[in-house]
Amino acid sequence: MNMTESVNPPTSLLTVYVEGIGLLGPGLSSWEEGRHQLDGQSPYVAQKTVLPSPMSLPPAERRRAGAVIKVSLAVGHEAVNAAGLRAADLRSVFTSSGGDGINCHEICLALASNDRLISPTRFHNSVHNAASGYWSISTGAMASASVLCAHDGSFAAGLLEAMTQASVEDNPVLLVAYDTDYPEPLRSKRPVPDTLGVAMVISPRRSDRSVARITVDCATALTDATADKMEDAALEFLRQTIPAACALPMLQAVAQQKDSALVLTYLDGMQLKVQVAPCR
Amino acid sequence: MSSSLIPSPSTVQPTLLSHFTATSCIGQGLRPMLEALKAQRSGLKPCDFESVDLATWTGAVEGLDDELLPQTLRAFDCRNNRLAQLGLRQDNFDHAVRALASRVGRRRIGVFLGTSTSGILQTELAYRRLDPATGQLPADFMYAATHNPFSVTSFVREYFELEGPAMTVSSACSSSAKVFASARRMMAAGLIDAAIVGGVDSLCLTTLYGFNSLDLLSNSPCQPYDAVRKGISIGEGAAFALLERVPDSLDANAVLLRGVGESSDAHHMSAPHPEGLGAIMAMQQALAGAGLQPGDIDYINLHGTATPSNDAAEAKAVAAVFGAYATACSSTKGATGHALGAAGGIEAVISALALQHGFMPGGVNTHTLDPELPVNYLLENREQVLHQVLSNSFGFGGTNCSLVFGRAQ
Repeated sequence: MNMTESVNPPTSLLTVYVEGIGLLGPGLSSWEEGRHQLDGQSPYVAQKTVLPSPMSLPPAERRRAGAVIKVSLAVGHEAVNAAGLRAADLRSVFTSSGGDGINCHEICLALASNDRLISPTRFHNSVHNAASGYWSISTGAMASASVLCAHDGSFAAGLLEAMTQASVEDNPVLLVAYDTDYPEPLRSKRPVPDTLGVAMVISPRRSDRSVARITVDCATALTDATADKMEDAALEFLRQTIPAACALPMLQAVAQQKDSALVLTYLDGMQLKVQVAPCR
Repeated sequence: MSSSLIPSPSTVQPTLLSHFTATSCIGQGLRPMLEALKAQRSGLKPCDFESVDLATWTGAVEGLDDELLPQTLRAFDCRNNRLAQLGLRQDNFDHAVRALASRVGRRRIGVFLGTSTSGILQTELAYRRLDPATGQLPADFMYAATHNPFSVTSFVREYFELEGPAMTVSSACSSSAKVFASARRMMAAGLIDAAIVGGVDSLCLTTLYGFNSLDLLSNSPCQPYDAVRKGISIGEGAAFALLERVPDSLDANAVLLRGVGESSDAHHMSAPHPEGLGAIMAMQQALAGAGLQPGDIDYINLHGTATPSNDAAEAKAVAAVFGAYATACSSTKGATGHALGAAGGIEAVISALALQHGFMPGGVNTHTLDPELPVNYLLENREQVLHQVLSNSFGFGGTNCSLVFGRAQ
């Protein structure tokens, strides 16, 4: 789509191709493993998320990296490698319902104490775009990076933003959705149980590597229908408790290579309707 | 530089700012803001915010203690959302949104707002009231409606009972500039017909003590581009604009969003690229998207935070794109302070006022320009018909956004 053609829009379709996927979460070690758990070939067993050390960061930053940085860099690299593209060339959209929960907790504790000194690293890691910043610094990506939040609908918000960027700017886009848990006492107010990240490289054009096509009909994208659930109870628990896991129904459709009309969690009373179709 | 970063050769469709407003320490709404800018008046005062014991100056908005949210939206009550509502009530912005909603439909209006810290102050205060026995937060603390970055966007969406797409953009100090880019794309794609864009950020302890930890707070009113600049003065504010497609006929004084540039430094979390490489890319993309040459820009509203490194990097970038000591420019943060996630929105509104009222605001608090910064920095207001203005917003994480606004004629 070219913006000069969009003077009289509505009735348009946003269509993108999924070029690579990354996944990391509780009992989900990668997309390569996870897609077999999602298509039912191997059982899903819930266990605590194992976060790899972000080797693309210099040693000092690697040591200080929190869960949001570890998870987003891991899934980002898996997706970009699968897409066969260079991370440095890609625009990106990062989306998260929260940010680094432990970092936020430590800052609030310090600010409520008599000694309000917080470390510079704590402060710059408190920005919502910390993971995006480390991604761009470690990969040399100088293209646009958008960093979003829509609370429980953060994945759908990120997907819409990434799809419009891919279509309107006519370039591939890396989408990274991630969430991590807060420690107490915030955990009781926001009970996200663990860390989960999903990444997708999407492109406006089909390639040999395309694994699925995603379409959003702009005229009917928003629906008051309820979001699709996962059949597996343990996966459904993830979907209900970790906002980034709202991507799971879409990832399952890709894993099963099946034409699917899906409703994804977005805003209060307003969900996002997408079509997923296989490319092979 | 890779090929994907080269701006598309085709220019993009302009978008109309059909209505806009801003509230900051220099006034609530456009009229006091314009008067303060014309008088070169700063709203910065010695910091007396909450219990803060730092020797710094802030740009606080008056009257937030008296701002009451509607009964049905009380869960959203926090300084940031009070500031949002105070901002929405100025310049008949709320009437304009309701009129637009009845014209295009509530589902066809997106809400895209920038914030860096949302209502984190609420959590900071709640941490002082932990239950001594259980360590739990008080029952009246509402995470989603106050602390979460989406809080302010959700509040504004519910305030107007809108049903379209919505999200918060939270990329530190570029947040409320980048919302213009997202809104324009969603309109181009046909997802929406119009959008509320802007930003709201409010004073909190995290940013005051955080910037203090980085030694980036000035102990006197901030002095952008001055030889003795020492750092920022934190401000707060709410800025909103309604974006719509350009109608067939336009008032000559109408303001259009003509170009957007977005880039990343890929350099450092809290320091800009020393040569301003990302800033150069953002400005060049914004010009290319607008189909303009550097010489077509009459005035640049600089990011100009008044930290030594930010102003140095931005000045190099501006000189690289526009030529040394060429295009007239200034930072308005000496007047407003640095409203962080709301800065891009506030400065978009200042750019629009400059276009409509034919003046370039001279930088406030700056006395002796840094001779190392090769830009044509205005210390006095200049009255002149303006056609195109560029506004810069850069942030932590190396995020950059430049916007080009133009008068319809």
